[in-house]
Amino acid sequence: MQLSAAAPLPARRDPAALPRLALTLLALAALWPALRITEFNPAVLFEPGNADTMARFLRQFVPPATAPDFLRLVGRSTLETLAIANVGIALAFLIAFPLSLLTSNALSKSAIGPARDWRARRALRYPGRALLIFLRGIPELVWALLFVRAVGLGPTAGVLALAITYGGMLGKVYAEIYESSATQPARALMQAGAGRLQAFFYGVLPVALPEMVSYTVYRWECAVRASVIMGFVGAGGLGQQLELSMRMLNGAEACTILLTFLLLVLLADAVSALFRRWLA
Amino acid sequence: MDTPLAAHAQDLSLVHEGGRIALDAISFSVRAGERVAIIGPSGAGKTTLLQLCTTALRQSSGTLALLGEDPWALGAGARRRLRRRIGLIHQSPPLPPRQRVVTAVLAGRLGAWSLSRALASLAYPADVEGARAALARVDLSDRVYDRCDRLSGGQAQRVGIARVLYQQPELILADEPVSALDPALSNYTVSVLVDEARVRNVTLIASLHAVDLALAHFPRVIGLRDGRVAFDLPTAAVDEARLESLYAQEGVLPVQGRELTLPRVRTPRAVRCN
Repeated sequence: MQLSAAAPLPARRDPAALPRLALTLLALAALWPALRITEFNPAVLFEPGNADTMARFLRQFVPPATAPDFLRLVGRSTLETLAIANVGIALAFLIAFPLSLLTSNALSKSAIGPARDWRARRALRYPGRALLIFLRGIPELVWALLFVRAVGLGPTAGVLALAITYGGMLGKVYAEIYESSATQPARALMQAGAGRLQAFFYGVLPVALPEMVSYTVYRWECAVRASVIMGFVGAGGLGQQLELSMRMLNGAEACTILLTFLLLVLLADAVSALFRRWLA
Repeated sequence: MDTPLAAHAQDLSLVHEGGRIALDAISFSVRAGERVAIIGPSGAGKTTLLQLCTTALRQSSGTLALLGEDPWALGAGARRRLRRRIGLIHQSPPLPPRQRVVTAVLAGRLGAWSLSRALASLAYPADVEGARAALARVDLSDRVYDRCDRLSGGQAQRVGIARVLYQQPELILADEPVSALDPALSNYTVSVLVDEARVRNVTLIASLHAVDLALAHFPRVIGLRDGRVAFDLPTAAVDEARLESLYAQEGVLPVQGRELTLPRVRTPRAVRCN
């Protein structure tokens, strides 16, 4: 205490408190116009007519529908949803992998030195990047709507939509993983005359693989959820069944489907966690 | 001239982007089959010179011919073929931690392999015996199937050397190849490198931190200071006065082992590095 007696006493109040308060008020003020634009009004939920419809629908939730025919239908839809996610991710990988190799700066041979033409060679990667942006820039739901019109109702539309959007996402993230992981091994190989692909498989992949697998599994988890949502626009799977039951205001069926969906997401979560633990 | 030149530098300069001059118009030539040590205080430009010689960097001005060719005048394909013939032993070996030693060594010859052979070798190593032989030269043949992250720093450095031996280049460059090894092992490893170069008639240019290693194993020594050649002499002609003036700013002559003040402990065989 004696030592600090000469020094000025610290302020009694936390000097960070005022800026913090100002920031909170500012955030709320910024949110206000957004609430106006979205016409957010919780009171609508409790207007007599609306509340009744909701209550009637929700009351039907118990007990959930358990008719054998319906359960068989839900089982088939669940498999369909899983299949859409799996095939969608597999196709997305086929799109993403070559594009990631084409667009990543990590495999640049001309950057060694650098060679005289490295700027020109770097520019060659931009069309690939633009393609990746285009693929992932349009949401999978929009692609699904488009493909439902092109190839008709059913899982094919969902698979194509997933492949395109997720191909764009995976491609971009893969390319970034290559660049952010240690580039020295690949560079050393290219310096000793190895080709780009050889340098990739011997220098980049062993470093980047755990992160790539982890991200791909996470995307698969997202694909399971996305394929349910795309079902609403007719792209097959559980979502399509849910949409049918909702339109009929059949709460019991909706409840069974929602419970199945919940289980599926939990399962995807567990599988994803298992993979990541195995890699760590 | 009868023997072809492995490296020929004329007024070679390298200025870094910030304007710092790493090499200032140096000239030298190394005949094929020669063994040359490069010494000098840290920051003298040893690593930069080796990086120019391995085409990792492009000079700012001057000319540098490697194995008779100007790498930066060549097309990409021809430059790649030239790079196959030049091997660099890195100061810290660029080995992916999860890769196995056998794969890391075989990767030395990727430049000579087709892509399909390279991919097949990932499924089953294409030339285990070749890798084992290269590892035996650096006394590591029992670690063929270990992962690189299970090696100690010194062992990893020796795997890096084995990879370049397996590459069988015509010009071997070594950037402080024994910086992570203890004195006894340093001596042994440098003599392996020098022997290998002599037996195969390969050119060897090595930068060394320890002056005594350079004088003991190499017939020719180039002293670098402040990006210039201070002397370029047969080892017999390198006297104390020249060494003292080379390291005048440091105040001490770096000799291997002297920096070690702690009692040495043998590294256990299976230490995890990560």
